[in-house]
Amino acid sequence: MQIIWDGIREAMRLIFGGDADVLQITLRSLWVSGLALLIAVLIGVPVGSLIALRHFRGRRLVVTTINTGMAAPPVVVGLLVALFLTRNGPLGQFRLLYSTWAMVIAQVIIAFPIVAGLSLAALQQLDLGLRQQIAALGAGRFQTFVAQLREIRIALLAAVMAAFGAVISEVGAVIMVGGNIKGQTQVLTGAIVQETRIGRFAIAIALAVILMALAFGTNLALTLIQQKDRHSA
Amino acid sequence: MCNTVRSRRWSHLALVAALAAFLVLAAAACGSSPDESASPQPQVQADQLIVATTTSLNDSGLLEDVVLPAYKELFPDVTVKVVAVGSGEAMAMGAKGEADVLMVHSPDDEAQFMADGNGTLRLPVAYNYFVLVGPKDDPAGVATAKDATAAFTAIADTKSTFVSRGDESGTNKKELKIWESAGITPEGDWYLSTGQGMGETLRITSEKQGYTLTDLGTFLSQQDTLDLAVLSKETEDLKNIYNVIIVNQNKFPTVNAASSEQMAQVLVSKTGQAAIAEYGKDTYGQPLFYPYANSLGAY
Repeated sequence: MQIIWDGIREAMRLIFGGDADVLQITLRSLWVSGLALLIAVLIGVPVGSLIALRHFRGRRLVVTTINTGMAAPPVVVGLLVALFLTRNGPLGQFRLLYSTWAMVIAQVIIAFPIVAGLSLAALQQLDLGLRQQIAALGAGRFQTFVAQLREIRIALLAAVMAAFGAVISEVGAVIMVGGNIKGQTQVLTGAIVQETRIGRFAIAIALAVILMALAFGTNLALTLIQQKDRHSA
Repeated sequence: MCNTVRSRRWSHLALVAALAAFLVLAAAACGSSPDESASPQPQVQADQLIVATTTSLNDSGLLEDVVLPAYKELFPDVTVKVVAVGSGEAMAMGAKGEADVLMVHSPDDEAQFMADGNGTLRLPVAYNYFVLVGPKDDPAGVATAKDATAAFTAIADTKSTFVSRGDESGTNKKELKIWESAGITPEGDWYLSTGQGMGETLRITSEKQGYTLTDLGTFLSQQDTLDLAVLSKETEDLKNIYNVIIVNQNKFPTVNAASSEQMAQVLVSKTGQAAIAEYGKDTYGQPLFYPYANSLGAY
């Protein structure tokens, strides 16, 4: 029991004392997962919308693929990305393996199907008549699209939350393609695995507390936005 | 107005709930420990032997292919559980009485372990040499260095990429010792620390075309998929001695000392040592370990 209390006390000191390593690892986690999320949203929402609003051959197959991707195990994504980026792999000449870029790529692949799949599902639930109504009011194609996104903004925020939760807490892919290199590609999850394995529990607890706080804080912020106009309507 | 109050109250509630959950968990963890001291007499589980071993010894296949079958033949009633961890972690397990016998290769830590009274017997069972591997074109020119210390100096001087395990394993400790004897504090962009096992560290070294210190077994088992070459010779400063340590039963009453001793006997017996000397010749055309002659006749 002593080890847990000591760990928690030391963890608080590391967090509030502004330990340089802890800060650096935290910022890298936010940067990698934040960038991956941004890219996933920028691609995922338009792709999800296209699939939801258009009819084309092979649509069901595409939807099934995206839904499968939503449940893709990070280690499988890690394996795929590693195979492509390895020195002798198809994209080997870019020398990206074991860099933060490789980690961003892997996390985009994890987050994209979640964003695309959830926005697709939300758009499909929209009343067909609504689209015609908006169009009838004289809105252009792009305006119609934006108006529909406004209608599903709560579902979109849920998609963003789900995707962020998936990538910030993911450890398999980031270790496989990032290499957990101290000071270069080490993020919160990988550092927690390593410190626990070595038995340095205090720093592991500190990093775990930060990871939880990040997940909690982000979700709290998004939830507050999401619920903002719930009662004012 | 109403909204802000509501959402603030909501977030307070969530915070309180999170704190409460944490405290309950902590209390649960706390409540579980006192029972141990209250329990009457700790029993030795005589039909079970927990071996905490360094990963390199386990990954080489020596334990699985040679040691465990030999032990099983002599003592069929004992179930052997092998926990493969770093040497540091293996000794941490031993220091809590959570393992019965250790197979490790971290001399300074072992001496401390014995000095602390955690072990009753420490015997060398095998040795080999760590190898320095690196890019085939060897940009730092370490192949001509007279020993590992000189090679490490050349790597640091040329700021060639060096990949460290950084996981406090026996291999990592050895690497740090060589840096120390070279009078170098390795730091900077050229020095990478992975915090992972030997296999992953070799992969990263190959991708980055850097240098790393590895045990021979792990390197040979992976060399087909690596773009690396052995650049060191069998010099004294790369010597790697594996010891078996029997955990002190007087200090930790639940330690299965009888089976531990039998395991040590199997390792240092004439047949055990002969099997160690042969191991690896079939697969790699060279042995992975040398028997430790001084141990012969210890039993």
